Amino acid sequence: MQSLTGRSRIVVNKKMNFMEKLYLPAVMGGLMITIRHLFRRKVTVSYPEQTRPFSPVYRGMHVLKRDENGAERCTACGLCAVACPAEAITMEAAERKKGEERLYREEKYAKVYEINMLRCIFCGLCEEACPKESIFLTNRITPADYKRENFVYGKDRLVEPFDPSKRVDVSERQTTQVKEFKKHKEYTHNRLF
Amino acid sequence: MELSYLIYKAILVASVLGVSLLVAMYSTYAERKVAAFLQDRIGPNRAGIFGILQPLADGIKMFMKEEIIPDVSNKVLFILGPSLAMITACMTSAVIPWATDIAVNGKNYALQVTDVNIGILYVFGVVSIGVYGVMIGGWASNNKYSLLGAIRASSQMISYEIAMGLAVISVVMMTGTLSLREIVTQQHGFHWNVFYQPLAFVVFIVCAFAECNRTPFDLPECETELVGGYHTEYSSMKLGFYLFAEYVNMFISSAIISSVFFGGYNFPYMHELNLSQNMLAAVGCLVFFAKISFFIFFFMWIRWTLPRFRYDQLMNLGWKILLPLALINIFITGIIMAINNNFAF
Repeated sequence: MQSLTGRSRIVVNKKMNFMEKLYLPAVMGGLMITIRHLFRRKVTVSYPEQTRPFSPVYRGMHVLKRDENGAERCTACGLCAVACPAEAITMEAAERKKGEERLYREEKYAKVYEINMLRCIFCGLCEEACPKESIFLTNRITPADYKRENFVYGKDRLVEPFDPSKRVDVSERQTTQVKEFKKHKEYTHNRLF
Repeated sequence: MELSYLIYKAILVASVLGVSLLVAMYSTYAERKVAAFLQDRIGPNRAGIFGILQPLADGIKMFMKEEIIPDVSNKVLFILGPSLAMITACMTSAVIPWATDIAVNGKNYALQVTDVNIGILYVFGVVSIGVYGVMIGGWASNNKYSLLGAIRASSQMISYEIAMGLAVISVVMMTGTLSLREIVTQQHGFHWNVFYQPLAFVVFIVCAFAECNRTPFDLPECETELVGGYHTEYSSMKLGFYLFAEYVNMFISSAIISSVFFGGYNFPYMHELNLSQNMLAAVGCLVFFAKISFFIFFFMWIRWTLPRFRYDQLMNLGWKILLPLALINIFITGIIMAINNNFAF
């Protein structure tokens, strides 16, 4: 067979000569190889301090976006929950009262919104289904925990902070193709039954 | 016996014991660091700066672990095993000369716990007792895997002790003494034994690897073949003692190799430098520890370079290669000594 890498060797079970039987030259050769690795660049990434660069479309922990005025975009339509193949999303809708216009964008909002991160497979179908550009998957990693209960993320951990400087940036995910795709939702999950 | 003598001995014993435990402690750290560096990794770096507190954390972990003594084991022997391993590991350091004499208040003090005139014989004796720690531990566990591991370990150690002893005999023939202090003194300056006895050195260092159960001779442990070797049933600090004894042994064998073959505290031009007596001792001690550190590093270096021997290969190497080599070396040494003594060139 043709060697593509040029690194393969044909093994011959020939008798070893005296120098080879001594093993010491071979041992020295091995030692030289290992000592060279002592000065090599290390491949370790010291994780919490350093992180590897993520792809712009990496699908990590979810975020519930606010609009430019700081009102929550989610209207508790439930399309994300329907789209979710892992049944990880639940929500409870409520009606907006007078005076809450600054908090919620439309008349209906999600009183409770929970994602079970242990069920979630991070497929991104919720993001695709959302008609209000509310839920997005981000490049943040869902942290580990000791208790199963703590993996059910409520609105306290999903909704992005009100402070405009602390908003979660998802602009990299909203490319023109994505926006074009989202205009034709009738082709995907939220067609009317 | 006067009081000052007792105090001097007590301080010396305490510091030798402390230093050997400290070095062994940091050998575990060094082992992990060297392993990591040779594999292009960073190694432990979380406990303290550069992970310098890692051995402490490991020690605490060992103590906090649940201590399990199997119900079917022989309890006395089960506890005796690791204790024996640890005691014998620490005992050997008694005959090693750490530096030249120091002078305090006009009196000379030797930096050696005791100058037995059969120093090397003592080392071999104590090392042989070390086999009992392994054997008793494996036997008392009442577990076939432990027993298998113990049998492998003890047959390996006994086999390699013979070649080791014969390798040293050629050195003893040259120096004409069994006292380690004498052997080191005779290698003053750059007259190190390794230049006169290279073959004995190779045989000795190979056997030292086998005696310390280090790769490529770590068959007693061999995680990949046995369940864990002779200490399968051990947990908590008793396991820690076995593992720690290995590192103490490594330190001691590095010290023995340095003093028998590499001149101990001697370094080139040590007398031409015109240092004061205490200064000479301090520098000599530093040189000695540098040599020891190199050999400890060498132990680790080899560990992450060579794979483990098969058991029959191990026995072949010990009995059919190293033993004849050591015998031939004795023969050659004898002939050369006879020629040198009887014919003046």
